[in-house]
Formats: sequence, C-alpha cells, structure tokens
Amino acid sequence: MDPLRQSPSPCSSRPSSPRTPPCETLGYVGIEAVLDQLKIKAMKMGFEFNIMVVVIEEKGVKLKLTVTDTPGFGDQINNDKCWDPILGYINEQYERYLQEEILITRQRHIPDTRMHCCVYFVPPTGHCLRPLDIEFLQRLCRVVNVVPVIARADSLTLEEREAFRSRIQHNLRTHCIDVYPQKCFDEDINDRILNSKIRRGQPFHLIPCLQDRIPFAVVGADQEHLVNGRCVLGRKTKWGIVEVENMAHCEFPLLRDLLIRSHLQDLKDITHNVHYENYRVYRLNESHVLPRGPGWVNLAPAPTDPPATPGPWKVRRRAHDSSDEEC
Amino acid sequence: MDSLAAPQDRLVEQLLSPRTQAQRRLKDIDKQYVGFATLPNQVHRKSVKKGFDFTLMVAGESGLGKSTLVHSLFLTDLYKDRKLLSAEERISQTVEILKHTVDIEEKGVKLKLTIVDTPGFGDAVNNSECWKPITDYVDQQFEQYFRDESGLNRKNIQDNRVHCCLYFISPFGHGLRPVDVGFMKALHEKVNIVPLIAKADCLVPGEIRKLKERIREEIDKFGIHVYQFPECDSDEDEDFKQQDRELKESAPFAVIGSNTVVEAKGQRVRGRLYPWGIVEVENQAHCDFVKLRNMLIRTHMHDLKDVTCDVHYENYRAHCIQQMTSKLTQDSRMESPIPILPLPTPDAETEKLIRMKDEEVGEMLRRMQEMLQKMKQQMQDQ
Repeated sequence: MDPLRQSPSPCSSRPSSPRTPPCETLGYVGIEAVLDQLKIKAMKMGFEFNIMVVVIEEKGVKLKLTVTDTPGFGDQINNDKCWDPILGYINEQYERYLQEEILITRQRHIPDTRMHCCVYFVPPTGHCLRPLDIEFLQRLCRVVNVVPVIARADSLTLEEREAFRSRIQHNLRTHCIDVYPQKCFDEDINDRILNSKIRRGQPFHLIPCLQDRIPFAVVGADQEHLVNGRCVLGRKTKWGIVEVENMAHCEFPLLRDLLIRSHLQDLKDITHNVHYENYRVYRLNESHVLPRGPGWVNLAPAPTDPPATPGPWKVRRRAHDSSDEEC
Repeated sequence: MDSLAAPQDRLVEQLLSPRTQAQRRLKDIDKQYVGFATLPNQVHRKSVKKGFDFTLMVAGESGLGKSTLVHSLFLTDLYKDRKLLSAEERISQTVEILKHTVDIEEKGVKLKLTIVDTPGFGDAVNNSECWKPITDYVDQQFEQYFRDESGLNRKNIQDNRVHCCLYFISPFGHGLRPVDVGFMKALHEKVNIVPLIAKADCLVPGEIRKLKERIREEIDKFGIHVYQFPECDSDEDEDFKQQDRELKESAPFAVIGSNTVVEAKGQRVRGRLYPWGIVEVENQAHCDFVKLRNMLIRTHMHDLKDVTCDVHYENYRAHCIQQMTSKLTQDSRMESPIPILPLPTPDAETEKLIRMKDEEVGEMLRRMQEMLQKMKQQMQDQ
C-alpha cells in the first residue's frame, strides 16, 4: 500500500465500499503530509529500530502512522534477552508520555508516541511456537497489544495452516499469553458478542469474519498483477498468482480490517487505559510517592532496565468478573 | 623410420602409425586383443552383488521441510513414527543425533541408506555452539573408521562416515544467518556440505535468483568450502557439459518437498496443492528438486564418497597421526592404534638404480614425443 496515496488510484482493488465503517475521528491536526524517516540505533547486539512516519489522508480524515521495524530480531546465534531493546523502547514511550502528563502546565494534546499495537510475525514452520516466540510473547503481551500473525503463509497449504493455527492457539493458552483482542477487556455486552464472534467466528455479515482466526495467516506483496482484468496486489509464481486481498488465498484482509477498519480506536483505548495506566502505577509505586492533588508528582528517575512484568492486568474500564482472567 | 631403433621405439611406432593400425584390423584381432576392457563390467557386477552404502546427514532449523525432502528424494517414509516435540518440550531441548537406516533396492541394485538427522539444531533461544554435537558425531565416525582400518581384521569394515550433509537455509531471511555460517565453518573441512534453500515455494523467481546470489557471495566472503562439483572431462559430449554447467549455476538448489500426490493437468504428480495453483516437485520450472536428486543419487553419489574418503577422512587421519606422534615424543608409553615403523632409507645402490630407471623412462617419453611430431609432419605434407 503506497502510504503517499491521497485517494484510491484507479488501479486500486480497494474501492471505497459503502459498507466500510468510516474511520473515527482521530484528532490529529496540523501535521503536514511529510514522509520522515528516522533511524534510532538502540543498545547492544547491533540492534536497530527503523522508524518511519507518514501521514495519510482519506476522505478528510488524517492519520499519522508511525511504523517501527526491528531488523535483526532473533537473528543472532544467542538470542537471549533480544527482547530487552524492544521492551525498553516501548516503556520509553510510556515514560515520555508520563513525563508530559505530570507537568504543571502541560500541552493540550500530548504528543502520543506510545505503541498502540505490535504485530508479531511467527515463521511458518508448520509445527508450533518456537521457544523464542514464547519468551517474547509472554513478556510483550503484558506491555502492549500484540497481534500475532503467521507470516509468509504462502508456504503452507490450507490444511497445514489450520493445524498450525490450532497448535499456536494451544501454545498461547498453555503459556497464558493474552493476545489482542484480550478477553478481559470486553466493555459491555455488545463488545463481548462482537469480540467473541471474532474469537470464535460466527459469520456476522456486517463485520468480516474473524473466526477464531488469530493468528491470521498473511501474505504481503508490493507488486500489482493483472488477474481476470483486475489489478491486484500479489506474488507471481510459476504455478499461479497469490492474491493478497483474496480471502480464499490468505487472511490479509482480516488483519487489515482488524487493525484499521474496526479496531483502530480500540487499540488506542486499551493502550491508554490499560497498558499505560499499568506502567504509570508501576512507576508511581516505584517512587513511593502517590500523587498529591492536582499537578505535582515527584517521580524517581526512569529505570535503565525495562521493568519486569508490571503485574497482572488491571482492568480500568469496568469492574469485571475475575473469572475472566485466566492467569 | 630407423629400423635400428630400440625395441621400445618399434613398438611405439607400430602402435601410432596409421598404416599399421589399418593393417591391424585386417590381421587376426584376437592376437592383439588382451581383453582387460571387460574390467569395468566385472567391477559393475561385483558392486551390484555387494551393494552400495551411503550416509546422508540433514541439518537445519526445524520446520524447514527436511523430513519431507528426504521422503521425496528416496520415496520412503523414514519418519512415520516421529513424534514432534511440543512447544514446552522444545524449550529445554538439546541437539540430538538420530540415525535412520533403510535398505532400498532398484533394478537389482541394493543401497543401504543411512540418514543422520539433527533435531534441535538452531531451535533454542541461545544456540551457541549448537553444532558441537554434530561435529563430535562426524569425528566419532572418522575415529571409528580409523581404528577399524588400522586393526587386524579388516575384512568387514563398516563405513559409517558421513558422505554428504544437506544444509537447509531458511528462505525467510536475506541470506546466511550467523548460525548458518557457524555451522558450515565448523563442518566444511569434515564433510561435504551441500547448501539448499528450503521451502522455495514461498519465493517468486526473482527472489530466488537474488537469494542464491546473496548466499553465493556470503559463502565466498566467509571462506566456506562447500562441496564443489568436479569438472567435466574435456572429452564429454556437449549435452553433458551443458547439464554440468546448469548444475553449477543453480547452486545452492532451491528445493520443495512433498509427501502427497496431487492431480495436476490430468496427471498424478508429487506436489503441493494451494488455492492459487499446484506446485510440482519434479517440475524443473518450479524448483531444483530434480537437479538435487540427480546430483545426489544419479551422478555424484560416488564422487561424494570419494571426496569423503580421499579428502575429509585423510585430513582427519593426518591430523590424528600428527597429534599422536607429537604425543608419543612426549610420552613414550602412550598406546597407539597403528604400529609406527621407521621408513627404510634407500641405500646408495638402490638410489642409483632408481635414478637410472627414471632416466630411461624420460628418454622413452621424449622419443615418443618426437615420433608424434614426425607423424604430424607427415600428415601435413600429404
């Protein structure tokens, strides 16, 4: 998807559909449509973060999208603690927000660089989650919304895909890894129905069927090919063209819909109301000082090491059955 | 021709002269025909009776299709009773060495095939030195063979040495990863390494080309000695030479394996069925499986064994002996499996004889060359 596209091009296979729910207002104003690329070198092991910032506009709604890539993750011979730079980066964003929030005179719109969603790419081995995947997911699910996906799914047949998916789901349950959408955050009965449909997947015609399909099996492509007179994004092999947006081929549309069309705001809400609050409570407890009325909070300096798991979920939005929490 | 020339000259002249060759055809063939041309047939018969053996090692991360590929290559399921580890079990897994042996027979030729599997390799969070169990295993087989060879009864030595190692490189990366380099550098002087790009059906043709180039560059850059296909003899026909060139240019092979037979274009083929098409394992346009199979089984199996015996094993043996002799000088009571006899120093008389013979042979060769020159001259004049 060309991030600089201002409006769908004639060749786009994503015509504006009347059934697409409009993006909710995002409230970011005054940001030029610029493409910045920042590279931030983080800590040890030659670990790099590639950060790319773009502003997209669609039907008058602007979205400032920040994509953070982590090249080199898991590539070393010894991958012990390779998740530390990532956890550190996420907490650094929370810290930045926190520091802004506790100022006496603070900005009306605190620049929000917090991570709203982490897409974790599971390699398509076809067996089960690797030890590295489990270590990483266990730690990350406690600080950020994680959406695992089966990457490069064009190397798995449909049966292999389903078997792999169910094994991954079993692994996630066994290791108490709560990926997005988390069961315990369903705010009201409607959400619960919607999300359980997403989790269990009954066909619900207004919303794409997210049938117990997490992790989604995705294929990505940046080239377009002509298929049946249509221009589609795909991968052209000697035995056929894998169409990225064709539900019969892969589940990319489900991921896109989840991340952008239906749950974008929810991702931000949970980040703000749950993960950020957890971080804040942890930091306040650490500094042994509770907020004294409006304005002033004296915080101990930020820890250099990322905090070990800040603790079990604290549901802020609503008192909920504790039976919903699995661990 | 000088009829007073030495007997060797006359013989050479007889063999080389075109007139003599023509005459020979008219004469009684039996008188000139010794009959050792049937030697290859005799060797062939004996080999077929004895059967062949071959040990193949497969290495690479789990989930790269190793067992499926072995199944596709040899058309036998060696992994029927395999139990895949769960995620919890994998966390504490160490690298193991598993051997499966199977006897295959085809058109009366028997092959005892041993597959050495290396489950657990590269799967942990910390994979430091994860190739050590594998190098230890390869060394153990060499040591065993060394002892057997140096022993008293050498009639039935079992050759368990690893003749070839197929190393599976992940197609999801951008070339070799540190663990790939580490493994290959630890083993390239001990075993023939044939690197493969696994699960190649997730790559489009352009990506395969780029990945192969990248891997070849990195192999050079890191000084890894993978198995080199031997050069063709110059007198082979063009087709063979062309095939050989294609083989060399396709390395590392991008392979796909399959345990299932699917229907494609009205035919039953070994392949993988996707919603967007069918990958045929044996279709050369789809992957290099056929090239790998031909190389491994049909054309280069013997060369792989030869290189193992003549190069890798000899390196090991020389290294071993060196170590032992250096130890012996330090500690004379140390046992050695081979009797170390002092080499006889030739005395002056023998040396003189050797030198004379050397000169004679040199002289004869020179004369033959002169004859050939004269013949050429004659033919040009005619």
